[in-house]
Amino acid sequence: MKFLDEYRDADAVAELAETIRKTVTRPHVIMEVCGGQTHSILRYGLDRMLPPDVELVHGPGCPVCVTALETIDRAHAIAQRPEVIFTSFGDMLRVPGTHGDLLALRARGADVRVVYSPLDALALARANPDRQVVFFGIGFETTAPANAMTLIAARREGLTNFSMLASHVLVPPAIASILQSSDNRVQAFLGPGHVCAITGFRAYTSLAARYRVPIVITGFEPVDLLRGVLLAIRQLERGSATVENAYSRTVEEGGSPAARAAIADVFDVIDRNWRGIGAIPKSGYRISDRYRAHDADIIFDVGAIATREPEACIAGLVLRGVKKPCDCPAFGRSCTPATPLGATMVSAEGACAAYYQHRRTA
Amino acid sequence: MCLAIPGEIVDVSEQHGMKFARVQFGGITRQVCLEYQPAAKVGDFVLVHVGFAIATVDREEAARQWEILRELGEEA
Repeated sequence: MKFLDEYRDADAVAELAETIRKTVTRPHVIMEVCGGQTHSILRYGLDRMLPPDVELVHGPGCPVCVTALETIDRAHAIAQRPEVIFTSFGDMLRVPGTHGDLLALRARGADVRVVYSPLDALALARANPDRQVVFFGIGFETTAPANAMTLIAARREGLTNFSMLASHVLVPPAIASILQSSDNRVQAFLGPGHVCAITGFRAYTSLAARYRVPIVITGFEPVDLLRGVLLAIRQLERGSATVENAYSRTVEEGGSPAARAAIADVFDVIDRNWRGIGAIPKSGYRISDRYRAHDADIIFDVGAIATREPEACIAGLVLRGVKKPCDCPAFGRSCTPATPLGATMVSAEGACAAYYQHRRTA
Repeated sequence: MCLAIPGEIVDVSEQHGMKFARVQFGGITRQVCLEYQPAAKVGDFVLVHVGFAIATVDREEAARQWEILRELGEEA
């Protein structure tokens, strides 16, 4: 497949690994923000190709993993309403809330359906005028334009039976939060390539300058990832701290103006609670007043939610890069993809799931 | 959910007042909303995420970067 296969070329990957080995003269700690990047690194064994002086630390770029437990519990409460068709991306179905997961609710009669796109949920609303269709709109800035366009369409068509439970999170405030932490060890970042395709990378230029860290905007295929690592190491070796765009076939500095305009129309920036991390100021989106008729948070009163996390789960430490999944006593024992304790073992972008699938025990 | 892969536009249409494209990924074809990439045309490669084209692959930039990459390899 064009623009995919060539970035998985084994010779190019081997050459980049060799160049990295020749460039490194001392230890470096680099964080890849995006869960998709984590999975690719582990799937292709890129971490094992790096010299021991280069440590890759996995970031909180897994939107399913960082969705607040209270939001998950709220979603479950809405899904149990008999009039509701509750729609969601697939991996949300197995994320444990305080009382089980969406899959268990479906087994007990809730109408829970997996969709690939929020537009599929909109189509369900058009086809089922007597039901309330709710879409679980989680994601980073990459997914926000899709959700925005869906709400724009719902409002334009005057649908009275479609709403979204929106819970977006933003990357730059999370990076700032990691860098502000007293136990931070991260010296450089591989920036999120698809988030930046939407937002552009001006926010990352500010971060690089304020905190003096190199940030290399990186794609997701093996060649892209090793190139990102190489560019980050080169900056660390010479002491520079700028933003570089290593995904320029897809990302422009200004991102996608149309997508940014739709986001600005449909969403407001708010403070948000990240599961396992805590409150990060101005790190989320909420549906704006213009679209309140499609805001599931307003439409459904589910009462007070009392949350409780499983004690053994250290997902928060994993998401901040402080611990690796294999450091967790429950990893591979009481916590597996079949019996997950936390979201990081469930999601396609979760670090614990990646370690389990690609057999990383150390 | 930042998983997105590039596919080729094989035709364009309009549905529910929005621009759409039929996009081919290897053997699979999907309907993709083109509202954020309105200038994309048949033969272009777009990056698709949850049913939306979020970027168009810049072929010249891709070729240019690939050249630089091979040069990096020659240094090894």
